[in-house]
Amino acid sequence: MITLSGVHKGFGANKVLQGVDLTIAKGTSMVIIGGSGTGKSVTLKCILGLVTPDQGTITLDGQDVARAEREAFLARFGMLFQGGALFDSLKVWENVAFRLLRGALKRPKAEAREIAIEKLRRVGLKPEVGDLYPSELSGGMQKRVGLARAIAASPEIIFFDEPTTGLDPIMAGVINELIREIVVEMGATAMTITHDMSSVRAIADNVAMLHGGVIRWTGPVADMDATDDPYVQQFIHGRAVGPIESVR
Amino acid sequence: MSLLSPIAALGRVTLSGLAQVGRITLYAAATLAHLVRPPFYPREFLSALLNVGWLSLPVVGLTALFTGGALALQIYAGGQRFSAEAVVPQIVAIGMVRELGPVLVGLMIAARVTSSIAAEIATMKVTEQIDALVTLSTHPMKYLTVPRVLAGFLTVPLLVGVGDIIGILGGFTVATGQLGFNKASYIQNTVDFLELPDVVSSLIKGAFFGFIATLVGCYHGMNSGRGAMGVGQATKNAVAMASILILAANFLLTSVLFGS
Ligand SMILES: Nc1ncnc2c1ncn2[C@@H]1O[C@H](COP(=O)(O)OP(=O)(O)OP(=O)(O)O)[C@@H](O)[C@H]1O
Ligand SMILES: [Mg+2]
Repeated sequence: MITLSGVHKGFGANKVLQGVDLTIAKGTSMVIIGGSGTGKSVTLKCILGLVTPDQGTITLDGQDVARAEREAFLARFGMLFQGGALFDSLKVWENVAFRLLRGALKRPKAEAREIAIEKLRRVGLKPEVGDLYPSELSGGMQKRVGLARAIAASPEIIFFDEPTTGLDPIMAGVINELIREIVVEMGATAMTITHDMSSVRAIADNVAMLHGGVIRWTGPVADMDATDDPYVQQFIHGRAVGPIESVR
Repeated sequence: MSLLSPIAALGRVTLSGLAQVGRITLYAAATLAHLVRPPFYPREFLSALLNVGWLSLPVVGLTALFTGGALALQIYAGGQRFSAEAVVPQIVAIGMVRELGPVLVGLMIAARVTSSIAAEIATMKVTEQIDALVTLSTHPMKYLTVPRVLAGFLTVPLLVGVGDIIGILGGFTVATGQLGFNKASYIQNTVDFLELPDVVSSLIKGAFFGFIATLVGCYHGMNSGRGAMGVGQATKNAVAMASILILAANFLLTSVLFGS
């Protein structure tokens, strides 16, 4: 279980998070929605310790993440970055198998490669892609390689930062299904950021909406449509008019 | 107030320069601490050896060759003024080995290696690759900095050695081909004149310069600002800082090694 309580983070005068409270139960899928630039990516980075919160605490299974032993802590996580963040000096399969080629989870090269090719297949990429370099792939393909890398070592907790942006609708459907499978079959805990409402419905057990530096609304996905919160309503229906200012 | 502002500005620059040196010293200490603690990344180290050492050979060789040749011409012309043109072999040897070899190689490494390290790591930083490394349980310091700095420390002395020899060869070519020196006696004079401390000091300087050049590149890359502009700034600052630190270190090392 991951809990955030009173998390604040600002960059200079830009106060991004202003007291985020959120709980993600073990083995569930949480989807975070919210306008561009509201701090969704920053929230994930705070949990991983890539960004240090100015205030507030984040715990994993009751233990403060700031005090956790980094190595063991990070070994439980997988993360898909919004921009893919592939290592461009390594081949695609070496990117996917990164964790399996070094460190605590190290295994023989042939075996690591096999796992990488299998993960690539799961995100809809052919084995040949494994021998290319990231710069030779399209944006959507890079995104899927990033996803394959995030799940390669079968982590307990996986963060997906906009997994389906830049993908065609069919491929987006495949990825949504994959994320759902990972949660249901492997019992992983997932936190996904997405702007795509059909993804939200496909992936989420629970939904949280980030707005104005706080969690504006959170609840089971089934309650999302029925809520009378005007912010959520405006967001899920994509209306230009409403409490969320669209022109700043 | 306005009269004092240039002084205040100078003070600010000095302070920020000192703070910079302090931070890089801490960074160096952290690098050394990671250097001795596993895990190690041999593959990264090998590729750093290739990039820093082997692939720098052409640049280093050409720089040294032309400088050695020019040096021979200058010393001959200058020596003629007091009928001492015969000292060309000795002065070329000592000039190359003690001073020009290490400094020129150091500066060429700052231009070629520091810039590429800084740009590469800064790009990794702005594209979140460094964050990705961390989430994949890999310490960026161990994976990126340590292999490069170690490669610089070990290979730049070798490059300096090669540069020294090629520089002397450049002098030899010009002196024997153009200035009428006898080949055998030129070599004899060079070998007789050079002493072991000259050569050792050259290599020691190389090791320091290699350490500085790679460390400064990594430091500025890791601390790069955001976007393409951040990468440009990081690269520019890295090359400037590495060059200045190399020249400053050269002065300090020369005073320590030959001061007394
Ligand atoms: N390292 C940083 N330095 C300075 N500002 C930052 C940094 N990272 C994020 N920000 C700022 O924090 C705010 C939130 O950024 P974040 O990336 O979390 O947005 P987001 O909700 O993920 O948006 P999007 O949906 O567009 O990805 C933005 O205003 C951004 O400029
Ligand atoms: Mg984002």
